Formats: sequence, structure tokens, C-alpha cells
Amino acid sequence: MSKYSMHLLVCGGTSCHASESDAIVCNLRDELEARGLVDSVQVIVTGCFGFCEKGPIVKVLPDNTFYVQVKPEDAQTIVEEHVIKGRKITRLLYQDPVTKEPFADSKNMGFFKKQLRIVLRNCGFINPENIDEYIAREGYQALGKVLSEMSPEEVIKVVKDSGQKGRGGGGFPTGLKWELARKSVSDEKYVVCNADEGDPGAFMDRSVLEGDPHSVLEAMAICGYSIGASNGLIYIRAEYPLAIERLKIAIKQAREYGLLGNDILGTGFNFDITLRYGAGAFVCGEETALIHSMEGLRGEPTVKPPFPAESGYRGKPTNVNNVETFAAIPVIILKGSKWFSSIGTEKAKGTKVFALAGKINNVGLIEVPMGTTLREVIFEIGGGIRNGKKFKGVQTGGPSGGCLTEKHLDTPIDFDNLIAAGSMMGSGAMIVLDQDDCMVSMAKYFLDFTVEESCGKCAPCRIGNKRLHELLGQICDGKGTLSDLDRLRNMSLVIKDTSLCGLGQTSPNPVLSMLDNFWDEYVAHVTDKKCPAGQCRSLMEYIVNAENCVGCTACARVCPVNAISGERKEVHLIDSSICIKCGACMEKCKFDAIFIS
Amino acid sequence: MSKILSLADLKKKRDELKSGLDIRIKALNPENSVQVKVAMATCGIASGAKTVMEFFLEQLDRRNIAAVVTQTGCMGYCYAEPTIEVKLPGQDPVVYGFVDLKRADQIIEKYIKTGEFVDGIIPVNYETVDLNNKEE
Repeated sequence: MSKYSMHLLVCGGTSCHASESDAIVCNLRDELEARGLVDSVQVIVTGCFGFCEKGPIVKVLPDNTFYVQVKPEDAQTIVEEHVIKGRKITRLLYQDPVTKEPFADSKNMGFFKKQLRIVLRNCGFINPENIDEYIAREGYQALGKVLSEMSPEEVIKVVKDSGQKGRGGGGFPTGLKWELARKSVSDEKYVVCNADEGDPGAFMDRSVLEGDPHSVLEAMAICGYSIGASNGLIYIRAEYPLAIERLKIAIKQAREYGLLGNDILGTGFNFDITLRYGAGAFVCGEETALIHSMEGLRGEPTVKPPFPAESGYRGKPTNVNNVETFAAIPVIILKGSKWFSSIGTEKAKGTKVFALAGKINNVGLIEVPMGTTLREVIFEIGGGIRNGKKFKGVQTGGPSGGCLTEKHLDTPIDFDNLIAAGSMMGSGAMIVLDQDDCMVSMAKYFLDFTVEESCGKCAPCRIGNKRLHELLGQICDGKGTLSDLDRLRNMSLVIKDTSLCGLGQTSPNPVLSMLDNFWDEYVAHVTDKKCPAGQCRSLMEYIVNAENCVGCTACARVCPVNAISGERKEVHLIDSSICIKCGACMEKCKFDAIFIS
Repeated sequence: MSKILSLADLKKKRDELKSGLDIRIKALNPENSVQVKVAMATCGIASGAKTVMEFFLEQLDRRNIAAVVTQTGCMGYCYAEPTIEVKLPGQDPVVYGFVDLKRADQIIEKYIKTGEFVDGIIPVNYETVDLNNKEE
């Protein structure tokens, strides 16, 4: 159908582009032109292959040849050898890092197996508003199997044996949670889906609910059968209108098919799901606070025990799981615990979805087996740091997590390793920071969030975080001292030890991990009064470079506080005592005569 | 929609849907027509996926191309939204990123009509769990 018999796909992703992939495209087109091949071979610029370490990439179709680290001058060889003579160029082929064996066919390369989609299996594949497409993809088969062929205890055993841990942040074993809820005796129990995704940079739950809502409904029904509940509730924030809309459609369709409601699949099992809307409070992601919010009370956490498994929603045994945790359940049931536990590391099984955000090229959603390293996630799948800048750190686990650095890049990601490194898995947000990010300002930014979101019930969190925030503010303003750094650390430890719920117990994590990993930067702020990243305004000074200044007066005219003096055609001077560091002068200057010290 | 009354029923339904025997799907005959999936999660919609989807619906119809245009969730390539997946009969699906109306038009004119690739292909870089291959 196509007039082209061969395609040359050249990666046009940011980092390949930076290594002259556009010149490769030009050269390839020129070579083809010169040989009269433009009508049979097409050169195409593609998005990122996620293989940036070995870029630029040229992939040849239809034979799936994968050339790495191609230089513009290689274009001639590719056309002469591969296109015309049909010979693969061995020196440009990707080699197996261990055996040094070149891969002639990219389908065999391990790299493309780094992402494994279990939770995201249907996202971007099926129409989320059509239950038939979900059913065609084995949807509700797990529920059918459970109801017709398995006892609740057997289901719990499969989930337990799979080794799956809660994906919402805490990492509590899912099967154990279900077992505890099953053991509680009550006339009524509840299954709750925690869809109150609230940390900055996290959007995996939203994507699952928007892309594959039925997987969560099916898993909730399975959970209901296992623990003996006939009511399910999804607590979702009202800021997710599209996810709510799709959930409503999914629930309606499942009811019409009799996959929710009474006597599901003729087995006598009844289960139905309703939605509860949250107003978007971070603390309501904590399960006790979430339950109170659903009851119409203030969204404040209470002391555990009693755990929700004993006394939760309306005082009845309640099992709360996160969206991502639920979404994997149907696959675990269908493919078995052995299969699931074969993925990941010894202590952490299965896969984890991460939302990549910040200064990273391929902002997006990825799913990798547990034990993948941060380097693989950030530099291979994520395409590395934007604009060729230097990697500085990555905040994992959102505002409750910690900031990891270069030295952690090769740590396999799992619950324990992240905690050992001073961070946590959290819900799976990864905010990537580059050389331009100031670690004091970053810590302050995350504290901004936790101070705002603290429910105020316990003093360490309410008052402590506020004081931490103030101290960080002082340090950013150049008013900090060395002893303030000790106070920061002590106060952080006290808040962690004495707070009531997970919010306060984790909110000082960014401060602590940044103190540990970027001590020099903190010291620079308090002793030298300098911000190495050039972010803290109070520590900056705008200075006129006398050599470049021509005395055009443009800066003086634009300065809002009249801090710049100087006669026409003479070198100007900025009075730093008046200067408010707005940067308007630097923007205006056409001669690059103003710089920041 | 009628209720599904047992696991056997559900399996039957799945097999029907899979092999495309369902009347609704059969009428559209997806194996012989072009399939366009538009990633319509919040990120996609915010970057203009709705306009792109409407464009495809309208233009494919106007240009007399037998095609099924559906929405889907987030493909994960948030940096390249709006993203769409196009599957020509008998070929592997191809994902295009940064699809504005200009590129959408190129995709229809070039890729869908002649099979000729257009710039902006996003290489698939993941594996999906094989749901059909059950263990235990």
C-alpha cells in the first residue's frame, strides 16, 4: 500500500536532538536524494525511544535494525551499506552490555522489556467507557472464577502468596489486610477504594480510573467476596471530574450486565459500589481520616488501633486499598500468585507505576518491575534531564518522601531500599530536580504543601511543621545560622516521632534527606549567604559588568524601585540595598551587562 | 443490555467479543477498517485531544474512509500529548505524539490513505502482561 519499501526512523527526542539527530536526518535525506532513492526509502523523525544513553538512535524498518550512537557522517554508510546492499552495519548495532553480542533484531533487546504493564494493561488500549472492550480483555473473568470456583479463604491465600503490598504508600501486605478484615465478625463490612490521590506530581490513580475503571470495580467485588462485604465505596476527590464520570459509566454498565448488584453471575453473591467525593484534602488519603470524611465528619485521622479492619466505616470492619493495589488484583487471580511473585525482588513483588515529573524529558506514566534502578527509570525510560542539564536529585514519594541523589541512582527500587536511603515509595510520584534547583527552596516548597494540608489535630504536625517552614524561609532569606541547621534536624526528628498520623510522621522527610544529601548547600546558605543554584532571591546580587555596559539607561528606566543610577553613556550602578531582585534590568539589557553573583 | 447470568455466560460473551462476532462490532468490521484510538485522559484532553478526536470523526467520514474512532485512557506519554494510535488493517499499530490538527490531517492523508509514515511516531517501549496465557 505504501510506495516506500523501507523506513529509517530517526529519534527526535530531546536528548537525541541535542546530539545532532537533525543533522542525521538531513544527511540521510541528502544521501537518498543523491542516489535517487527518495521515492522508495522514507526518513521519519520519531519521538523518544527511551534509549537516550545510547542516542542518537536510527531504526530501520521492516528489518527492525537498531543503530545506536549514530553520527551525522554515518548517514552515508547507512545508505550505501544497509539501504542499497542490505548489509547491517555491525559497529553501529546495539551490543548486549554483558556478552558484547550485537543485536541484529531489536525485538530481542532486553531494554524494551524494562517496562512491564500489569496495572496499566488496559490504559491507552481499551475504550474505558465500553465494558465490552474490558470483557474482551479477560475482564470480570477473575471475578467469575473467584465466585464460581474459589472459597474466600482461597482467594485471600492467592493474594497473600503473591506478596503484593499496598501501593498507596504504606506498603502493608494486601493479603494480610484482607485476612484481618475477613476475621472480624460483623453483620456488615465495607470495601473502600482510596482514590484520594493528593501529592504533587502524582497522577497514576487518576490515569487508571480514567483509562481502566472496570479493573478497580472488579477487584473491589473480589475483595468483597473475600472479606464478606456486600458494599463498596470509592472515595475520590472532586477534582477528578473525568475519572468520576468514567467510574459512573462503568458502574452503570457493570450493573446492567449484572456484574454488580444482586446475585452476581448466578452465584448468590451481592455486591454494589457507590462513589463518595472528597474535597481534596491530602490528609484524607490516610485511611482513618478518609473513613471519617466519608462518614461526614472532619477529615482527621484517629489513633490506630482499632484498625479499620476491626472498626472502620460506621464502626464496621472496613478494608481500604488504593486504586493501584486493586487494579492488579484481577491479573493476580487469573495468572496466579506464583507468576506475580516471580516479578520484582525478593521482598517486593510485582510492578509499580511511577509518575515522572519535573526536569525530565519524558514526563509521563511508566510501570516497571520492583527492583528496577532509579537510573533505569530516569535516564533510560525517562529520557534523562531536560535541556542537557545535570541531574541533581529525585524526590520520591511526594512531599512525604525524601530526595535521593546521584549515589542512589543504582539502588534497586523497593519499599525497604527507599526507606533505607531516607525516602519512601509513597504513591509513586518522582519529581526530578536538576542543577538549577535549590535544595533549601525545594524543602520549603514541600513543607508549604504539608503545612497547608496538616489537619491541625496534633501539635507536632500543626506547630512543628510551621516552625520548620519558618526556619527554612529564614535560611532562604540569608538570615540563617549554622545552629539553625541543627534545630532543623532536631525538630524534624521530634515531629516524626510524635505526630499522630502518616502525614506528620513523614512531612520532615524532605528536610532530613536534603540535610543529609546536600549539607554543603545548606551550609553555603547560612555561612556564605550564597545560594549555589541561584534560586534564593535574597541571596542574589545583581551587578553591572562595567566592560559591557554602554550606558543606554534602559535598565534604570525599567527598574521599579529606582535602584539603578548612572549618567547617559556612562557605566551604571545597582544599589543592592534598594534592589528587590526582580530581574527586570537583566531582562531588558541588550548588552549582557548585568549578571547575578 | 441483558444480564450475564453465569461464569459460562461471561466466557461465552468474552469469546464472542474477542472474535468480533458481536453484531455491533461486526457491523463495523474492525479488521478491515482503520482503527484510530485517541488518548482521552485529563492530560490528553487538556492538550487538545477532544478537538483532535472530533477532527478525525468528521474528516474520516468526509473523506470516505471506513474507520473506527474510539477514545482510550492515558498511554503514558504525557510529554507528547495529544497522542493517538492508528492501526491499519493487517499491520502493527503505530502511536503518534504531538498530534495537532495539522499533523492529524497529515496522518489521514499520508498514513491512513497511503501507509506512508508521518513524523512524530512514538516508539512503543513497554511490554504488557499477557492475559491469555494463564498459569496455575
